[in-house]
Amino acid sequence: MGKIGIIIQREFNERVRKKSFILTTILTPILFLGIIAAVFYLAGTNLSQTKEIMVVDGSGFVAAGLRSDKSAVLVPTELSAEEIRAAKTAGEFPGLYGILVIGEDIMTNPHAATLYTFEPSTFDIETSLSMKISDAVEAEKLKAYDIEDLPEILAAVKTNLTVSAYRVDESGREKQSSSGLAMGLAYIFGFLIYMFVFLYGMMVMQGVIEEKSSKVLEIIVSSVKPFELMMGKILGIAAVALTQFVIWVVFLFAVGTALLHLFPGLGGGAPDALADGTMADMAAMQGMDPAMFSAIETVTDPSFLLATIGGFLIYFIGGYLLYAAMFAAVGSAVDNAADAQQLQLPITIPMMLAIVVMISVMRDPNSSLAFWFSMIPFTSPVVMVARLPYGVPLWEIALSVALLFATFVAMVWLAGKVYRVGIFMHGKKPSFGELLKWAKYKS
Amino acid sequence: MDLIVAEHVSKSYAGHTALSDVSLSIPCGSIYGLLGPNGAGKTTFIRIINRITAPDSGRIIFDGHPLEPADIVRIGYLPEERGLYKKMKVGEQALYFAMLKGMSRKEATARLKEWFVRFGIRDWWNKKVEELSKGMAQKVQFIVTVLHGPELLILDEPFSGFDPVNAGLIRGEILRLRDEGATVIFSTHNMSSVEEICDHITLIDRSRNILTGPVDEIRRSHGGDMYEVEIKGSAAEVAASLKGICTVLESGDDGAGNGRLKLHIPGGERVRDAVSAVNGSAHIRTFRELIPSMNDIFIKAVSESNTTQQ
Repeated sequence: MGKIGIIIQREFNERVRKKSFILTTILTPILFLGIIAAVFYLAGTNLSQTKEIMVVDGSGFVAAGLRSDKSAVLVPTELSAEEIRAAKTAGEFPGLYGILVIGEDIMTNPHAATLYTFEPSTFDIETSLSMKISDAVEAEKLKAYDIEDLPEILAAVKTNLTVSAYRVDESGREKQSSSGLAMGLAYIFGFLIYMFVFLYGMMVMQGVIEEKSSKVLEIIVSSVKPFELMMGKILGIAAVALTQFVIWVVFLFAVGTALLHLFPGLGGGAPDALADGTMADMAAMQGMDPAMFSAIETVTDPSFLLATIGGFLIYFIGGYLLYAAMFAAVGSAVDNAADAQQLQLPITIPMMLAIVVMISVMRDPNSSLAFWFSMIPFTSPVVMVARLPYGVPLWEIALSVALLFATFVAMVWLAGKVYRVGIFMHGKKPSFGELLKWAKYKS
Repeated sequence: MDLIVAEHVSKSYAGHTALSDVSLSIPCGSIYGLLGPNGAGKTTFIRIINRITAPDSGRIIFDGHPLEPADIVRIGYLPEERGLYKKMKVGEQALYFAMLKGMSRKEATARLKEWFVRFGIRDWWNKKVEELSKGMAQKVQFIVTVLHGPELLILDEPFSGFDPVNAGLIRGEILRLRDEGATVIFSTHNMSSVEEICDHITLIDRSRNILTGPVDEIRRSHGGDMYEVEIKGSAAEVAASLKGICTVLESGDDGAGNGRLKLHIPGGERVRDAVSAVNGSAHIRTFRELIPSMNDIFIKAVSESNTTQQ
């Protein structure tokens, strides 16, 4: 076993045996699933209180057409807005949320409806009231045409339609795609890369600082070259990250399989659907939402899974190695973690930029912005991974990966030079410029 | 046979010279003192031998060949600033360093057990370093340095941080390792320990080698031909008998029939005449050459080199 191998082993063992590693490995997916469950639960139940709103109707027909629901109880009143406000000030109507005033000219003036609230107004209540009033006015306008059986006709023509999207690939085969799912995956993957690269990059930096401040470095470099030590640490922590990632993937697959067994209707027929494409129709007949079906079909498609997870891994490794080398160089230059913050800034800015770009890339994954930022190695891990679920031409991926790994090699070389000087520098906190100057020192 | 020969070694960092044209030879099996004030260049020299840094010019010959990367497994280094992984267990840690020095895990485990028995610290194996006191950690550090059986031991202030009992234990171990064939480079400010255990020294000041040689020779050559005589009888009588033989620098009686004199005998040629003269006039208690301590030599040499360089 080479010396780098011994170092990798130590870095790996020391970290994997830690209680904190075991805890985060177990707790993170549970927490993750818990948050998702909580979001779904909260979206399903309305926690906000029902709001009581008095309607002062100047038009004579709107109040009758407004229906109360879970979010708001609408009470028509003969009082004027001024009278209600005076009464409210005097302590009457304790639960009253607001007053909706409908003007006489509501038929012709779209701004004739006004809401006065005694508590902060919300976007939701305003939108819902606007829609209700619009419906009431529309109905009143339709009435003027005097059509027979109007409600029946309206019910008969009511349509709720979703577009099913198919992607036609080079060989002419079509595949059902789901941009909603792609967007969700893009977001999750992009963010995971960002988090992982930072988390493990910082771990490298802290490891270097610990060795430097505990003075153990001098003993190690009397046995191995500083470059070997740096690479050993970077690779050892990469092994920790991959171990953690593999555990999580296995865990999620296990949970996913368990769910499929518990609810066989969810994805049981999906593989057959790939063959003939009629399963979607069958699913629709079974009363299943076609968008949901297409999403499940995509997720369970093995080639899609392989491409996205494989891509994620490649970009995670590349991005981590690139950033870890920079973090190692910064760690070597300082005596404690507090001093590192300022030097970290030039490293963290490209990563932040990548996240900002990613949000826009998710809406238009083939824009030139998306293209260039998925080529620049400092942002490509986040941006390209966010593009992957939408499908990216192979040559773009190949070029971007090649650029990423070439930059990593150059960065490791540069970081190794800074590291070699930095680990013997004590006292004064260096500037970023000085760091670059160290790279030019001869050994 | 010399284990280490440094030939005209120079090294400078941005804006300051750490070593300029230092040459020295370290005989096999010796304990070689590397002395000098703070910032003189000792640590740089040690780092060059450890291949942590490379000289700008000059070279190091190790065991007859130019120092090469493979040689570092034959060297054990105890830096002045001690350091161990605080969260790592003592046993694991010592094995890790031994393996980095090229030992197999099995061999290192066997040797480590011997050392733990020798130091009476068998129950420390699974303790974390942060649970140990400073002195205890120093012991572990010493074991880490010598575990792989190095032929060359480089010890930078090995006794700092030890109480007298443990310092004695470490001194015994250093001498035992020397007797088993190891060569020791011993860097220190503590001159009394130099007199006790070093065979040879080199004094580095302001990046230069200003004094080098065997300890006995150096002390004798710095002696200045001074002698001290203690007698039973009258000092004045003895001083009179020495007239024409040597210079009497001091003489005095303690009032109880005991006398003390300090003599200067140039070149030491007439020491026997002086002894006969004293013997003829009083009863000699002691007659000895005054050899300066390494401490005096150190201070004198450094201040002399300061005046010549200014």
